[in-house]
Amino acid sequence: MSLDALQEVWFTLNQNRLRTFLTAFGVFWGIFMLVLLLGVGQGLKNGIEQSFSSDVRTSMWISSNKTSLPYRGLPQGRHIKLQESDVDFLKNQFTEINIIAAEEPLGSNFRADIYITYGQQSGSFSVLGAGANYFKIKKNQNYHYGRRLNDFDEADARKVVVVGTKVAERLFGNEYNPIGHQIAINGVSVKIVGVFYDSGWEGRMSERIYMPLAAFQKTFGKGQNIGSIAVVPHNGVDNIALSERILGMLKERHKISPQDNTALRLFDLAKETEEINNTFAGIGLFLWFVGLGTLMAGIVGISNIMIISVKERTREIGIRKALGARPRQIIYTILSESLLVTLIAGYVGLVLSVGLLGLYNWMTNEIGLELPYFSHPEVDIHIAIVALLVLVCVGAVAGLVPSWQAARISPIEAMREEA
Amino acid sequence: MISLEGIHKHYTSDSRRLHVLKGVNLSIDDGEMVSIMGSSGSGKSTLLNILGLLDTYDQGAYQLGDTAISAGLSEVKAAQLRNRFIGFVFQSFNLLPFKSALENVALPLYYQKIGRKARNYRAEKLLDLVGLGERTKNMPNELSGGQKQRVAIARALITDPRMVLADEPTGALDSATTDDVMAVFKEVHRTGKTIVIVTHEHDIAEQTERLILLKDGQVER
Repeated sequence: MSLDALQEVWFTLNQNRLRTFLTAFGVFWGIFMLVLLLGVGQGLKNGIEQSFSSDVRTSMWISSNKTSLPYRGLPQGRHIKLQESDVDFLKNQFTEINIIAAEEPLGSNFRADIYITYGQQSGSFSVLGAGANYFKIKKNQNYHYGRRLNDFDEADARKVVVVGTKVAERLFGNEYNPIGHQIAINGVSVKIVGVFYDSGWEGRMSERIYMPLAAFQKTFGKGQNIGSIAVVPHNGVDNIALSERILGMLKERHKISPQDNTALRLFDLAKETEEINNTFAGIGLFLWFVGLGTLMAGIVGISNIMIISVKERTREIGIRKALGARPRQIIYTILSESLLVTLIAGYVGLVLSVGLLGLYNWMTNEIGLELPYFSHPEVDIHIAIVALLVLVCVGAVAGLVPSWQAARISPIEAMREEA
Repeated sequence: MISLEGIHKHYTSDSRRLHVLKGVNLSIDDGEMVSIMGSSGSGKSTLLNILGLLDTYDQGAYQLGDTAISAGLSEVKAAQLRNRFIGFVFQSFNLLPFKSALENVALPLYYQKIGRKARNYRAEKLLDLVGLGERTKNMPNELSGGQKQRVAIARALITDPRMVLADEPTGALDSATTDDVMAVFKEVHRTGKTIVIVTHEHDIAEQTERLILLKDGQVER
């Protein structure tokens, strides 16, 4: 389009501000809302994903509790304690198992109740013994300093620990690298070899301290008891079927009634993940539905305004034709106007909505604004651009039909229209 | 020279076929100023529309200078010829309300793809010629009826057309303003332009060189 043609189009738009504004607003709002909704949907999804722990998503966690049924002469209410030997037993019994590891808490599994000190600093955190292969399951832990615990730490029963970022922050401050420093767990000195961030439970899993299981058992007199067994099956193995067989075998080993559903507890992360993913697929679909609805409203709005606009301009079109405008020039002029309006308004909608999402992200980073289960809203820019192009094309087509009709009408008849 | 031979035109209205022009013969010399008169329904506006290539005819022959205008002339070709050869002045002025006097006058040149600067320069000259050199930036609603018609005349002249066709150009004006507008037409005529004015006012017709009287779809004299 030449500068002159652009000036002519701009001039006409500028002189018909209300009409231009109404068309522009329809496009703007359609794109703005669609991008915002998609961004919010993604933010919710990211938020939920962040609240997952850094465990392998197909992992299953088995822990023990009291029996609820008497079995083979044994009373109900018996405390079941899983043993380290159970880990070896399951590993030998099930070829479907890829990784298996043990975990034992010093205090409660879920409460940060162990007193930790470093110099004058202190705090209460969870302390767990982590058996061999444990960190293959916690594979998505993000290490800010140092390293994970490894097989040598376990084999040599080294008195070393990895601590979560919240532990390090509490004892050492924000920026300090605590690697090599000794902290005291219930008065026992251990050396820090790594600082990790675990997103689980919205970051609260970063309030943990892990120690090699062998050293943990020795140091705190824990014997062979373990709190949980984590199992990751090989790819393609049905978690549910495998977990049922594992539980059956463990019940047999620990003399638990096959009908007792409380003595052993199973947390299947794959199932949880799938359920949450399904929920979010539903929410995502709903947001798409609302977004597309808004887009459709925008499309209908543009179409209506274009039709009315061309109708309103019949007389003007007649005058232009009498003065020598060819039908193609009439169509070109009207299309240029609608394209320019939809492009500019759509672009503004796109920029503002992406900007708003960016502002939220900036506020999250800079001033620590956080909404629960909502993180880093973003939008696939390709989808937004396709939506914008759809709107622009629809705007063009919506203008094309009436402008084509108007261009065909005889100038005399067109000029007879009331202004 | 412009010549029409045996021009017929029919319209269909409410499923009735109306024979509006019934073999019109006429010729207008280059540089001539003529008026066309006739009672309501005599076909004078239809004739002007055919002369101005705003409408097609059904039968006959139309020669516009060197160009033979065929009965089934396409709208694209008609638009080109209108733009190059014909200037229009309408009773209701037909100025675009959202454009200034200058921009209204310059508009036909936009369709000849002439640049804005050149367009505006020529439009200013013509507005000067019709006595509106000081009103170039005024919008149509800021102008009187006579001023609007003078803007329309300037617009009709901007492409340097072979002829200017005016359909009741003074029909919406009072007598003093009518005189002003006719003075402009005469001035334009003195520059050698062919001018055809459709009117029902004898005063106006008398100011032209020749009167063509239409009656019942035919030229009476």
